[in-house]
Amino acid sequence: MNWLIGAVLFLILAPVAGGLIAGIDRKITARMQGRVGPPLLQPFYDVGKLFEKENVVVTTAQNFYVLAYLVFIALSGAIFFAGGDLLLVVFAFTLAHVFLVLGAYAVHSPYSHIGAERELIQVMAYEPMIILAAVGLYMVTGSFYVAGIAAATAPAIIYLPGVFLGLAVILTIKLRKSPFDISTSHHAHQEIVKGITTEFSGSTLGEVEIAHWYENVFLLGLVYLFFAWNPVIGIVAVAVTYVVEIFIDNVTARVRWQAALKSGWLAALLGIANLAILSYMTIGGA
Amino acid sequence: MQTLLFLILFPILVACLLLFVKRTTLRYAVVALSALAIGGASAYLLIRYASGGAVYFAASSEAADLAMVAIEMALALFIIYMGAKFRNYLAIALAVVQAALIVYLETSFTGSLHAANNLFIDQFSIIMALIIGIIGSLIAVYAVRYMETYHHHHPEVRDRQTMFFFVIFAFLAAMFGLVFSNNLMWVFFFWEVTTIASFLLIGYSETEEATTNAFRALVMNLLGGVAFVTALIFLAATGPASGGIDLARVLASGDAAVVLIPAVLIGFAGITKAALMPFSSWLLGAMVAPTPVSALLHSSTMVKAGVYILVRFAPVFAGTFAGFSVGLVGAVTFVVASAIAISRSDAKSVLAYSTIANLGLIAACAGVGTYMLVWAAILLIVFHAVAKSLLFLGTGAIEHRIGSRNIEEMEGLIVRMPKMAVMMFIGIAGMFLAPFGMLVSKWAAIEAFVQAPFGLVFIAILAYGSAVTVFFWAKWMGKLVTVTRNAERVEKGFLEEPWAPLYITTGLVVAAVFLFPVISSTLIEPYVLAIYGVTAHLAQTNVAIMLLMMALLLVLPVSFFLLGRTAKHLPVYMGGRPATPDLHFAGSLGMTREATTQNYYLTEYFGEARLFRPGAAVCIVLILASWILAGVAL
Amino acid sequence: MAFLKRSPWILHYDASSCNGCDIEVLACLTPLYDVERFGIINTGNPKHADILLITGGINEQNRPVVKNLYEQMPEPKVVVAIGACAATGGIFRECYNIAGGVDKVIPVDVYVPGCAARPEQIIDGVVKALGILEEKRMKMTGEAQAKKEPRLAAEAGEGR
Repeated sequence: MNWLIGAVLFLILAPVAGGLIAGIDRKITARMQGRVGPPLLQPFYDVGKLFEKENVVVTTAQNFYVLAYLVFIALSGAIFFAGGDLLLVVFAFTLAHVFLVLGAYAVHSPYSHIGAERELIQVMAYEPMIILAAVGLYMVTGSFYVAGIAAATAPAIIYLPGVFLGLAVILTIKLRKSPFDISTSHHAHQEIVKGITTEFSGSTLGEVEIAHWYENVFLLGLVYLFFAWNPVIGIVAVAVTYVVEIFIDNVTARVRWQAALKSGWLAALLGIANLAILSYMTIGGA
Repeated sequence: MQTLLFLILFPILVACLLLFVKRTTLRYAVVALSALAIGGASAYLLIRYASGGAVYFAASSEAADLAMVAIEMALALFIIYMGAKFRNYLAIALAVVQAALIVYLETSFTGSLHAANNLFIDQFSIIMALIIGIIGSLIAVYAVRYMETYHHHHPEVRDRQTMFFFVIFAFLAAMFGLVFSNNLMWVFFFWEVTTIASFLLIGYSETEEATTNAFRALVMNLLGGVAFVTALIFLAATGPASGGIDLARVLASGDAAVVLIPAVLIGFAGITKAALMPFSSWLLGAMVAPTPVSALLHSSTMVKAGVYILVRFAPVFAGTFAGFSVGLVGAVTFVVASAIAISRSDAKSVLAYSTIANLGLIAACAGVGTYMLVWAAILLIVFHAVAKSLLFLGTGAIEHRIGSRNIEEMEGLIVRMPKMAVMMFIGIAGMFLAPFGMLVSKWAAIEAFVQAPFGLVFIAILAYGSAVTVFFWAKWMGKLVTVTRNAERVEKGFLEEPWAPLYITTGLVVAAVFLFPVISSTLIEPYVLAIYGVTAHLAQTNVAIMLLMMALLLVLPVSFFLLGRTAKHLPVYMGGRPATPDLHFAGSLGMTREATTQNYYLTEYFGEARLFRPGAAVCIVLILASWILAGVAL
Repeated sequence: MAFLKRSPWILHYDASSCNGCDIEVLACLTPLYDVERFGIINTGNPKHADILLITGGINEQNRPVVKNLYEQMPEPKVVVAIGACAATGGIFRECYNIAGGVDKVIPVDVYVPGCAARPEQIIDGVVKALGILEEKRMKMTGEAQAKKEPRLAAEAGEGR
């Protein structure tokens, strides 16, 4: 029954946690910039506001794709927190993102289109590394199941420093943070308006935002798995990682898509090198 | 056994009958009825033999053996004649070499050219038979109306439809023969027939391009054929140790080192037939043929013969460096072909590269050959056949309606041809998205490679390969679902194209997801269990999750009818410029301009010119390495 | 619940301003004034915006653009005209190509005076606009209710 509790807790609590994390994020960002920043609950106000707005669409199909995006993001995260197969989780997230991309294609708008293409480039950039992260965790813990990985006593981070670093790089892409916020960004309206979400407004945009919260909670959960042998260290590590990501967000400028793609793939190379050494050591030991 | 013989002989009979059928309606009736019979017989095989293990049939006949040799010689003469006619001396040379080798084999090793059992059937054969029998014959049905329209659109092409359908059914017969034969001489015979059949079909339009490409396919496959005969000679010469030309005995042979050499040679033949790099160009060239031919070559016949033989020999490859090398050829092909697919805008070209990539993946699984990987490889064969046939048939239908098979031209298909777009959507989803089969198999392959020795190399390649796969499929999907305004709807009055095969294959793609646990447990797992003594299967919970995902995918579109009906419609944001819904806006100097959107092809990174040569070079080195490693192992 | 007041997203359009007011608008976003304290974000996309800030008067070239931007914003929405030019055309009023203030093209809810308007004034104007925004929202939901109620009543009537 544990798995069911995990999944249900995720579905209920992740938006709350995700929203709070987003609020803390904005607060810390503001402080880094010498500002006061918005209230902690600002992300909830924003999403609440979006649901109060008029329902405006370019084509009714867009609402379907975004809804599917939200549903599958939530489902993927639920599989993760139910202790399911990590690779299945990764692929389910890909499915969800494809729905978001299709929503942007469906509206047939130049800015959405650029956002959609760039989003696909992002998927292409982070996918190898995220698969390798799952494989790395398997090599250390002997399980693809999140439940098994979380229960493992081996400190995965000691064996997988390269994989973790690589993951940190693509985490920047996944969290939609600078320097890799190429498909949609609050700061890019001079070039792509709002990229992939340009034509989503009102409640549809609210759904995108909630999906993003769900996904962020999953990503932090993934980071946690590297430190799962000790929950206290794990939570501290997750917090530190996130603050570092915020810091990177604030000190870097947005790169071109070529750089994003190359960075993601180089990060994966780093992961591969780490895994190669690891498998050499285990074979040597055996 | 009668069913097996029926499946091999009946299509030949139909083929001969079709030589005399000139009217399309009559032809349609004949093809549809025989498709029904063939499909029914394959389904009967499933019911009759699925529960047991491998069943062998003696079916020995001197006459059949002789007839095969005679036909092989006749085919060689035919190649020489065609080669002389079109001045392709390489084809002649290869045909001569191959014929000489066959004669040498037949005369020098008369004693050891007998298999105890010539025919057999096991679960893997059943799977192949179902693919050939159901998907192959559906394509044949589709082809009847398609060819009628094809000649309507291409009056310059000589109408040789009787020959066309003769070859199609002969092709099906050869494929059945190939997967049912336990005698490797027989396998080789059917192998050669598929080579010639594809040669004839690719060259159908008789244009210069078609002829060149047909000969390219012929030469590459003959190269594989020569390797195949060499393997046969080796097997015959080492009869007692290797098991001779009896497939079952060869696979069960205790002398792994001796069997490895013919396995690598036959594997090379498989590589040529499966169009892995560096031989991928013949499959790309094959797209000059009418679309049903492409569908047939890519999904149920020809290339599947290549991977069939590789998967058959997987137990021999398992754990050897030579096999590892063969697997790497597949893996490199997978990543390079997937990457090149990004740079292509021609739908058939994208499909071709995707086929090459997936065959590479299957070959990678077969080369490494652990039980989990064989399980994954067979799954890949099944799901690829279903989804790819749908995509080709769909592309053919779209091309007839909109006059182009460029993906950019398919923009807004959801408005122009909604039914077709939904079917293509399902087909593409079947190729790369969870919970559809291809992704499941890919996932299973990753989990299996982790446990294989040096599997990390494959994991690394797979990780990049599956990332680029997402890119090129998703952008195509995006074009299909783009809701363009003011587009003319061209689906209505669309009677020329046969819808039934399209509906059925679409149904198969969806059904495959639901039936996949059943397919796995009744067919694939028993086969793997029989070969390896252990079997892989997907965990119950994961199956449940995937069924849940599929159910959600089927339910979610309902929301389409419930949501947003009351929404206010606004045109897209065009930087504040007033624009018409079809993206015309008032530009400067009072000119009306149009904004168009195009997909990214990233040619400077993923272009064919940039990637093909290095990929092919690596594969050639790997193939040579597999031979050397097999030799060293001996 | 009135989230709208706590999360006003802004679209800033420079009609034909001399850039004086624009600089002051952007100054509001700097750490000194930090309008994000009030949840205000500069979106740059009419589909996401609640408040349209316009600086400068309307000229013949951007008349359709301003109209288009306004139409693309989902309800409820308010318009804040910033500076003398946006209010009346200002010193450019008599120019051959100037149509006048923003209200010549679209309805304006708040006028912020000044040449250039000071950041404090702009923030004050936006806060005023929030009140109007909330009113419009109430009206919108009220209308939706009003539309719904007769239908419900009719359905209930049929039921009886």
